[in-house]
Amino acid sequence: MNISIAENLYKQLLKIRIIEEEISDRYSEEKMRCPTHLAIGQEAAAVGVCASLNNNDYAVSGHRAHHHYIAKGGNINKLIAELYGKETGCSGGKGGSMHLVDKNAGFMGSTAIVAGTIPVGVGLSLSQKLKSSKNITCIFFGDAATEEGVFYESINFAALKDLPVLFVCENNRFSCFTHLSQRQPESRKIFQMVSAMGIESFECDGNDVISVYNMANQITKTIKNGEGPKFLELHTDRWLEHCGPNYDDDLGYRSKIEIKKSRENDPIKILEKKFPELSSSKKNSIKKELNLLTEQAFVFAENSNFPPEKEAYTNLYSQ
Amino acid sequence: MTITKKQITFSQAINDAIQTAMAIDKSVICYGLGVTDPNGIFGSTIGLEEKFGSQRVFDIPASENAVTGVAIGAALDGVRPVVVHQRSDFSLLTLDQMINNAAKWRYMFNGIHSVPITNRLIVGRGWGQGPTHSQNLQALFSHIPGLKVIMPSTTYDVKGLLLSSVFDDDPVIFLEHRWLYNQVGLVPEGDYRIPIGKAKIINKGEDITVVGMSYMTIEALNLIAVLSENKISCELIDLRSIKPIDSKCIIDSVKKTGNLLVLDTACKFGSVASEIITLVVEECFSYLKQSPRRITLPDFPVPTSPALTSNFYPQDLKIMEVISEMLSKKINHQKQERPPISMHDIPGDWFKGPF
Repeated sequence: MNISIAENLYKQLLKIRIIEEEISDRYSEEKMRCPTHLAIGQEAAAVGVCASLNNNDYAVSGHRAHHHYIAKGGNINKLIAELYGKETGCSGGKGGSMHLVDKNAGFMGSTAIVAGTIPVGVGLSLSQKLKSSKNITCIFFGDAATEEGVFYESINFAALKDLPVLFVCENNRFSCFTHLSQRQPESRKIFQMVSAMGIESFECDGNDVISVYNMANQITKTIKNGEGPKFLELHTDRWLEHCGPNYDDDLGYRSKIEIKKSRENDPIKILEKKFPELSSSKKNSIKKELNLLTEQAFVFAENSNFPPEKEAYTNLYSQ
Repeated sequence: MTITKKQITFSQAINDAIQTAMAIDKSVICYGLGVTDPNGIFGSTIGLEEKFGSQRVFDIPASENAVTGVAIGAALDGVRPVVVHQRSDFSLLTLDQMINNAAKWRYMFNGIHSVPITNRLIVGRGWGQGPTHSQNLQALFSHIPGLKVIMPSTTYDVKGLLLSSVFDDDPVIFLEHRWLYNQVGLVPEGDYRIPIGKAKIINKGEDITVVGMSYMTIEALNLIAVLSENKISCELIDLRSIKPIDSKCIIDSVKKTGNLLVLDTACKFGSVASEIITLVVEECFSYLKQSPRRITLPDFPVPTSPALTSNFYPQDLKIMEVISEMLSKKINHQKQERPPISMHDIPGDWFKGPF
């Protein structure tokens, strides 16, 4: 891997981290009045996969989508403005944190019902196939989404129709407070189950952005070569509470060892360790640039107007 | 230019509409369980695959919810999918995708996306279709902001409304009553559109407004001659579009007649009939000469045995009875208005089941 790719991966990881931390810091001001699921700890999954996609490839996601939106190239000002409920937000204040979109970046939408965008992503890829497009669709979801019926229906349909779609399961082991072992048989691996359903499937350390990128890049190429749908399970850790700005380590639903391990598996630290060529001065200049970008986005959001109340009654139907 | 018209059935008119849409626009696709079967959804999809290929016309796995999401995703990228369910009851498996996604994506992304999908739902009746093969779900779907709901009654309308639905940029629930499938009507060839949201006055009248939908419009239509012979001037409105509803057409008519009877194919509680009566009470109460009435199914699931259904579905005689009560006028009806049928649970001897 050359230094410029590593630098870009680092920059994307840090961009998500800084923005998410800023949201977390400011959330208690009560100006961002919507349920917000932060992705601190899970940045590498989004960054590694999105780095293997181009702007014309599509992505969709679920309730925890900031990192996918950012990694896919979504507009940052519009993201923060959306959290503030402003008219300049990506969804004009109608969506909030859980309903993000940036068509210019190929980020086609995220929504809150678990697994709800999985068939939508499959439909995007059906359209790409019908048009003989060279592009693919990437569907981001969590481990709990693999418990919904529509997940199995979608996997089957994608396999049947041999569609250009990449399923990315970010397995952080927790559905809110409930551990995977209480939801799925422990002896069964998600990616192996999907493999048995007829889709070539892979797993990877989802905190190691270089591994994720290398694997996703390889997989994306095969999909673009017409080799059909693929499935990638990325093992990662959610650092904060399921929904909200805080750590919830004190609640005891995660063991102390598990918490300690997750912090050691910090995607940013792993990349720094794997890529010592990234100089401190380079890292500092990236950090400075991103701090400025983030600060500007919050200023943009704060200074933007709220939508006029009448906007609540628009855009329901096309005519 | 003269437009050629031909006598075809309701089912053929649906088939004709899809063929017309697919020929006009390559982005139209059609799929559903049974779409490529030898029977082609009671004839309505026969020949489509041969004509337009298996990329655009295909059968599906029994995954109603996913294929609805697939339709939504494809629609976001410019495709216009027509999804078919042989019985409306199976569309209940799609509610997550229809309500949480199809109905929301335009609004919650503030107009950035539109979801031009058409869901054809066939409503069953008779021959023991029973509790899970004969539900009328128009009230349920029309309750959801973001969905459009269509219920055609005539062969002419079904083609024009289906073409409008396919080329509409919003998600449309298109409810086709199975008992209408053999109805013959004069239908123009090629593309013609009937606007969504417009009711049709089938018979002009002064004494009473009767609002019907789908097969209930046909039940009322059977009566017009008898009513006329009895000097009752009935204004019969075929709703056609449940949502958006043509409020103006209904209100204008009630202002003229002062009497309202609504005929619904579904059960009573929370029905479209309830909504129409509420609308009239709110908008033109002072014009009403008496309480509006509605004829609906009982608030029960539909039973299977013919012994249990003999009076379950209100027919033309029931409508006549209510009109007679409302206008305090005895109605003579010696004449048999429709050809005799062997049993009450079929629309005509053409229908031998099984579904």
